[in-house]
Amino acid sequence: MRNTWSIFKRELGSYFSHPIAYAIIIVFILISLGLTFSFGQFMRSGDASLDGPFFFWHPWIYMLLAPAVGMRMWSDEQRSGTIELLGTFPLSPWAAILGKFLAAATVWLIAVGLTFPVWITANILGDPDNLTIFSGYLGSYLVCLTFLAITMLVSAFTRDQVVCLIVAVSICVFMVLCSYDDVIRELSNVAADWIVEPIVSIGVWDHFRSLMRGSFRVLDFVWFVSLISACLLGTSAILSAKRA
Amino acid sequence: MIKVTNLTKQFGHKKAVNDLSFTVKKGEVLGFLGPNGAGKSTTMRVVTGFLPPTSGEVRICGLSMVDQPEEAKKKIGYLPESAPLYDGMSVRGFLRFCADMRGLSGSAKAEAVDRAIETCFLQTVYRQAIDTLSKGYRHRTCLAQALLHDPEVLVLDEPTDGLDPNQKHEVRNLIKRLGKDKVILFSTHILEEVEAACTRAVIVDQGCIVADGTPDELKAQSGSDSLYDLFRKVTTTDTAPAKASADA
Repeated sequence: MRNTWSIFKRELGSYFSHPIAYAIIIVFILISLGLTFSFGQFMRSGDASLDGPFFFWHPWIYMLLAPAVGMRMWSDEQRSGTIELLGTFPLSPWAAILGKFLAAATVWLIAVGLTFPVWITANILGDPDNLTIFSGYLGSYLVCLTFLAITMLVSAFTRDQVVCLIVAVSICVFMVLCSYDDVIRELSNVAADWIVEPIVSIGVWDHFRSLMRGSFRVLDFVWFVSLISACLLGTSAILSAKRA
Repeated sequence: MIKVTNLTKQFGHKKAVNDLSFTVKKGEVLGFLGPNGAGKSTTMRVVTGFLPPTSGEVRICGLSMVDQPEEAKKKIGYLPESAPLYDGMSVRGFLRFCADMRGLSGSAKAEAVDRAIETCFLQTVYRQAIDTLSKGYRHRTCLAQALLHDPEVLVLDEPTDGLDPNQKHEVRNLIKRLGKDKVILFSTHILEEVEAACTRAVIVDQGCIVADGTPDELKAQSGSDSLYDLFRKVTTTDTAPAKASADA
């Protein structure tokens, strides 16, 4: 636990000693709020709920930006050789994996948290269901953590950050598109159900949409948490296999 | 004490280390000599627990690196070959982080960091960012992290590589000084380093030990009182396979 905390502190410090964390936070806030007030038509919809105008855009933004935060997690350690230091310190591989994941998750927690003015605006302009908004935030953050975990797994494979970014973005884009309504409709026209259904089940929309609209389903939590855990376990397995 | 028994490390079909056995006792400085690609760094990576052995055993002060890795790793200070560091950090920040990883805290941590800075002559740069340091300072910063927790065993992979003659002299003296009450295993392909710092040396070639003894014993084995001649005699050059195929 102490080692996890030390790794977490170092990683978080390194995000904020480079422009990366500031750039991601600012770009995320600008894009998410920009989309809310433009294409999201927040002011014209006459509805104080945030699911359509605000949360709807989040998976689209995360699929491009979450891998940019996570791409250096293991790639950089492998490229610079510092993985050899970590591997010879008396700590379990899990301390490093969790410390790194939690640090990247904290950068995103700050980014997502700093969109709070939109929540305040909704409350000033109308009478939204705050529990639904909280649920939307939770769903949004879980999507982000899932994409971060996927990026971490990819970064364990390669020492090249650009390769990691391209592969992780591709996977995340696929997970967003494959369960999007318009894509499912097109897919159903050209492929049989037994092909479409497994593809759709990989996507995030079904699970995110229910949380975005305020319905807590155990199924969704289990889906997100198992995917994140599987990616972290996979990271541990890949890092061990690379040394064997 | 480092006790390596029948150590083999295989990458795919290639045996990087082949049935290697050696022991280093307290007060001994063992020089690990060999041409590039002989398996020196792989052996050190297995000894320090970074790579698992394919077969064989590594014991550090009686603790098995396979069965009790965390306990065994506590006994070791390790300087990897390329002296890797976290570039964005300051020298002191990096050493503090390494001290955290070694389980040091409070005043023990502050003392350990100050001592390592002093031992490795980093007083003038300890506030500097690591990515602004010269190669010599980078190397010494990485050496400092290996000494932080005052380990019983030091494993140094080419500790003088890339240093200027003055820095090499300092590091060799440091190794000799530390070697009096520690177990030191260090690799090099610079032959004069063996005489300058080692109490014993082994020559490794293609993953196997081909010569073992004190520097004087090794010189005697050469027949011409020269470590250089012995090294040339017992090791294979990396151009040998190409020459053999050209002759054929």
